Amino acid sequence: MTTLDILFGAVGLITAASAVLAVTTQQLVHAALWLIVTLGTLAGCYLILGAELVALVQLLIYVGAVVVLVLFALMLTRAPIGRSPEQSSSAVQRAAAGVIGAGTTALFASVLLPALGGEIRTPRAGDTQGIATQLFGSWVWPFELLSILLLMALIAALAVSRMPTVSAAPGVSAQAAAPAAPPAPTVPAAPPVPSVSQVQTGPTVPAGGESA
Amino acid sequence: MIHLWLPLSLVCILIGAGAYGVIARRNAVLVLIGVELILNAANLLFVTMGSVRGDQLRTGHVLALFLITIAAAEMGVALAVILALFRDRGHIDLSEPGS
Repeated sequence: MTTLDILFGAVGLITAASAVLAVTTQQLVHAALWLIVTLGTLAGCYLILGAELVALVQLLIYVGAVVVLVLFALMLTRAPIGRSPEQSSSAVQRAAAGVIGAGTTALFASVLLPALGGEIRTPRAGDTQGIATQLFGSWVWPFELLSILLLMALIAALAVSRMPTVSAAPGVSAQAAAPAAPPAPTVPAAPPVPSVSQVQTGPTVPAGGESA
Repeated sequence: MIHLWLPLSLVCILIGAGAYGVIARRNAVLVLIGVELILNAANLLFVTMGSVRGDQLRTGHVLALFLITIAAAEMGVALAVILALFRDRGHIDLSEPGS
């Protein structure tokens, strides 16, 4: 056992335990919070493996942005607070999922561990300058393609979120915005923007006009 | 010096937990959390191999950075799809048919 072994064992144990908790907890918000622990300790694993640039990017993007997106998705879909056992499937499906998950673990372990598991290596010291040179040298075209991919994802997310839904198109506005804002359905031509903005702009715009 | 079975077994555990989460959950956001775990397992394998195998192109680390970017883009689109689903159905329970 070397020092890196002990460090990686400790951090990896937290990662594995919080990953299992993130997929088994009965509370929705707790799942997202355990995901934070998993991703943060995984950044620690990268740090132990000598990849400090990847660790920092993991902290910035995953813990900083992706988990916030997950929490926003939970809040915008009115996730219940507290235990909600109905979020998991039936016991039969959970047992099948456990079997499949264990089978996946066994499959990958049977492939990876005999092939590479016996080796003892020294992780290369974090070479940020070398990574940056290669990233903007050899890998510059995939890097530019990734920027196009990000732009496409941005436009696609905007288009999907403004897409008129099937049930809301005939004027049946199938959600809770209808009782909250009675004058809202009289807005004729605008596509169904998210209901929060309708509720917000409905009362505030006339109030501002009267006070002025 | 590090024994390679430690990061590799962590990769296996993360993939198994992610697969369990994708199958066993009914809420769409929780399914996404399982997908994120699988992506992170792949990322850990990239970083491990990139750290212990010296190659001139730094393939493991660079591909790990690319994978993080792709995962962020996927997460944004997936959030938009989930919100559209919620506006349409009123719930994001994947086990129930749509209205």
